Amino acid sequence: MQDWEVVIGLEIHTQLKTQSKIFSGASTAFGAAPNTQACAIDLGFPGVLPMVNEAVYAKAVAFGLGIGADINLVSVFDRKNYFYPDLPKGYQITQLASPIVVGGSVDIILRDGSSKTIRVTRAHLEEDAGKSMHEDYHGQTGVDLNRAGTPLLEIVSEPELSSAEEAVAYARYIHQLVTYLGVSDGDMSQGSLRCDANVSVRRPGAAALGTRTETKNVNSFRFLERAINFEIERQISVLESGGRIRQETRLYDPDKDETRPMRSKETATDYRYFPEPDLLPIHITAAYIDTIRQQMPELPGAKAQRFIDQYDLSAADALALASSVALADYFETVARVGNDAKLAANWVRVELLGLMNRESLSPSTATLTATPLTAEALGTLIARIKDGTISGKIAKGVFVALWTGAATDTDSYIADQGLTQVSDSSALGAILDTIIANNPQQAEQFRAGKTKLMGFFVGQVMQQTGGKANPQQVSELVNAKLMG
Amino acid sequence: MPIDIPVMQVNQAVVLTVAELTQLNIDAQDIDSYAADMTKVLAMVAQMQSVDTTGIEPMSNPQDAVQRLRADAVTETNQRDVFQQLAPETDAGFYLVPRVVE
Amino acid sequence: MTELHRKTVRQLLTDLDNKVFSSVELTRHYLDRIERLDPSLNSYITVLGASALAQAAAMDEARRKGNQPLLAGIPIAHKDIICTQGTKTTAGSRMLDNFIAPYSATLAERLDAAGVVTLGKTNMDEFAMGSSNENSYYGAVHNPWHTDHVPGGSSGGAAASMAAGLCAAATGTDTGGSIRQPAAFCGITGLKPTYGRVSRWGVIAYASSLDQAGPMARTAEDAALLLQAMAGFDARDATSIDQPVPDYMAQINRPVKGLKIGLCQEYFDPGLDPDIKAAVLDAAKTLESRGAIIKDISLPNSQHGIPAYYIIAPAECSANLSRYDGVRFGYRCADPQSIEDLYKRSRSEGLGREVKSRIMVGAFALSSGYYEAYYRKAQQIRRLISQDFANAFTQVDYILGPTTPSPAFKLGEKAGDQVAMYLQDIYTIAVNLAGLPAISVPAGFTKGLPIGMQLIGRHLDEGGLLNVAHQYQLVTDWHNRSPNFGNQQDS
Repeated sequence: MQDWEVVIGLEIHTQLKTQSKIFSGASTAFGAAPNTQACAIDLGFPGVLPMVNEAVYAKAVAFGLGIGADINLVSVFDRKNYFYPDLPKGYQITQLASPIVVGGSVDIILRDGSSKTIRVTRAHLEEDAGKSMHEDYHGQTGVDLNRAGTPLLEIVSEPELSSAEEAVAYARYIHQLVTYLGVSDGDMSQGSLRCDANVSVRRPGAAALGTRTETKNVNSFRFLERAINFEIERQISVLESGGRIRQETRLYDPDKDETRPMRSKETATDYRYFPEPDLLPIHITAAYIDTIRQQMPELPGAKAQRFIDQYDLSAADALALASSVALADYFETVARVGNDAKLAANWVRVELLGLMNRESLSPSTATLTATPLTAEALGTLIARIKDGTISGKIAKGVFVALWTGAATDTDSYIADQGLTQVSDSSALGAILDTIIANNPQQAEQFRAGKTKLMGFFVGQVMQQTGGKANPQQVSELVNAKLMG
Repeated sequence: MPIDIPVMQVNQAVVLTVAELTQLNIDAQDIDSYAADMTKVLAMVAQMQSVDTTGIEPMSNPQDAVQRLRADAVTETNQRDVFQQLAPETDAGFYLVPRVVE
Repeated sequence: MTELHRKTVRQLLTDLDNKVFSSVELTRHYLDRIERLDPSLNSYITVLGASALAQAAAMDEARRKGNQPLLAGIPIAHKDIICTQGTKTTAGSRMLDNFIAPYSATLAERLDAAGVVTLGKTNMDEFAMGSSNENSYYGAVHNPWHTDHVPGGSSGGAAASMAAGLCAAATGTDTGGSIRQPAAFCGITGLKPTYGRVSRWGVIAYASSLDQAGPMARTAEDAALLLQAMAGFDARDATSIDQPVPDYMAQINRPVKGLKIGLCQEYFDPGLDPDIKAAVLDAAKTLESRGAIIKDISLPNSQHGIPAYYIIAPAECSANLSRYDGVRFGYRCADPQSIEDLYKRSRSEGLGREVKSRIMVGAFALSSGYYEAYYRKAQQIRRLISQDFANAFTQVDYILGPTTPSPAFKLGEKAGDQVAMYLQDIYTIAVNLAGLPAISVPAGFTKGLPIGMQLIGRHLDEGGLLNVAHQYQLVTDWHNRSPNFGNQQDS
């Protein structure tokens, strides 16, 4: 590996979060029965015409602003011609010469803590294709065109990524950004973010890039890392054994953990792009861009910095809590209701994320609103720890009860279950008196200076009160009764 | 400056390449006649090259207008049965084609 | 008294309102003529007897109640490139021989709302590619003035059926002259509106930046009535013009006095038939005698119109026709062995020679290494041609010239010579490149065949074109002449 330099560029297709398709009024909802969301326009019927969905422009502009790119005030749709069963018109409407977003960059943070700026070449709008199902149709291929016409933003990076790790960090950042901006729902299990990786290797210092391959349609970060690493190793091994790399399109097979050349797709390599004559150039104004700019949410980096400044959080806590808008909003509500940001950060990051991680859940808006453990409930729980109503240990039980649904409201659960700390000194004193009477030997040793027996007495009290005593108060009582 | 290209002589290879791009079968006995037709058309259009178009913006649509955009709303309903009545072959809502190997 | 099938739409509306006859009677008359006479013309691909009579009956009822729309009960025919819901719509191609349109074109919906009776769908060159109507899967159409001559194309069935009295008015589409040239060959009036004036939704595309549907009628006045119903903004067509539709019937009655009409010098070239030249110059004199001012003008790039068109239109069609792949609708070859076999045989068997030829030229012009020299160059020349018109319209209000270089030629005469056929469009094509409105008006005869003159107007000035044409028709009678075709068979 020492002798080779790796050059990677990513093309990320992100599905835009819209109600309807980019050129038709058909729904983009996921999971419908085949071809029930493919209207005459999506099917490429004779005589139909495309009409551009305005929402795709707002989202593309927001993304462009999010990476500090230039927004083309005039952008043009083109036709890209090739035949494939999931491409109904025989051409894809996309943007070649005048894309909506030009330039921009993102900063990625690597495992060793270093950071790197990756420039974005362009981002353009286009329509998605349908899906071909190759199994179970009597030896034929079944075509479902529900996805045809779904709006995509294709984000093309400069070939500035030098390893699979960098590529994944870049893809994760783009994923985080488009989710943050509401540009995409980012649901990778539904294909909302798909990567094509252009990989080549060359000797360090070589002027020209090596021949590249394009590995298409990788739909998870884990697969992206593995596909790129496989491709790097394959290319190096080919070159080191005196072979040559063929410029080709490859597919990653997760089952075999390898890439292989695609056999049929797009045999025609001359796409014959030309301006889409059914559509006129799209003009947007500086005022429109300003409107989008004013609606831009706080971006992940800025949010993490604010968490550090405003809540005095550690960088690690701030980055983790700012990783999604849903989680960040949740944390801020917990901090406000609980009136203790550090405690809130600790509970959200350690307890909540730990629990979700064990259950393989991601901190999305859906999962964070599907549980009775709302941000308000957790905030209240923290407030009850702080005001001494319950102990931290009891609080963990309440936390789990809220998560599982055994509890629906923090305060009423504490009250109903009688979890309030026993802070009545005379009651605790009576319990302690009994314990001292039943354990004269330990009492004698304590009096003789063996103060580490404090734990024994506190533990006994906690046991007899079901954990509801305030340990601080109990140890004060022990001191008063045995030493006083 | 006009682009100087000689009149294109379309040969069999060009016909076959273009036929492949456009997914057309051209019978062997027809290739020469397509080549001749294409050559004649390209000879007829060759006079364009004499026109100085320096600095002229290409015009892809006669309308010098700004594109209207559509509001993001679902306006279509499921018409699969209507559309698939016109299809050569379907099964369980899918359009069927000979097996495609990726 | 004028025979029923020779009456103008305007006259028919008056007679229907005055209960001289009913729409059902009128429709029966036309259906009867189609049944008797069309076998020797082949102008219809589909005849819609039952639904036409039902529409007619509904319009008779509406008229009884006094709530009849603009064109209530008028029997028309649609070019078979215009989708009509529930009816076979073929675009003249084997590819769509089994295609029952699941929706109607906006223009068909609008004409339906205006109360027309649809007699059927007219024959045409396959996917509107042709100037003789010989490129139809359903066979050639004959010119009723001389049945061994072509009717022109691609809207040849529409023009022939109009001229033969097989419909009262018709729709056509015009990508490079496909309304105007057959109108000229068949002695009727045909208007190509401004690009974007009539919605393209549901009109099967040939070349998207050039296609425009319009009316074909006996008179300019009838064309105005039809356009009134067809035109207007459509949210389903991204290139539809969002401007109000003027009252064309009010506009056509203005005097032509003081209007400046240009004679384009480049149009009177040696290739022009001398009789046609004389007829057009005569028409100029007629307009001058009514007070119009005739001026010479120049459109210096007009000779480059055909080359630019025969790159741009094939390029667009090469993409537009990719959807005919045998997967979702239309013709599928028997027993395909692979996806590629399915595509190639379905397309090769389903599409005709001229269509395949244009698809290939278009794909070539867009292909890597040739795009700049062909496609881009053609689009630059398109702008020069458009600028020529803009310059001319600073000097004149309308441009007058011939519609075609020659009258209708014989069937088969140009069949072997693609380029000779393309030259038919020499006077009409530049108008499509620039997106302007133009009208062909009957202006004389040569050797028993009609001559058409073309008037070109400014962007969205259909009203003005119809006005000049109508004023011309008030003092001429070329448009009232009808062929002898079918007279022997008439009772």
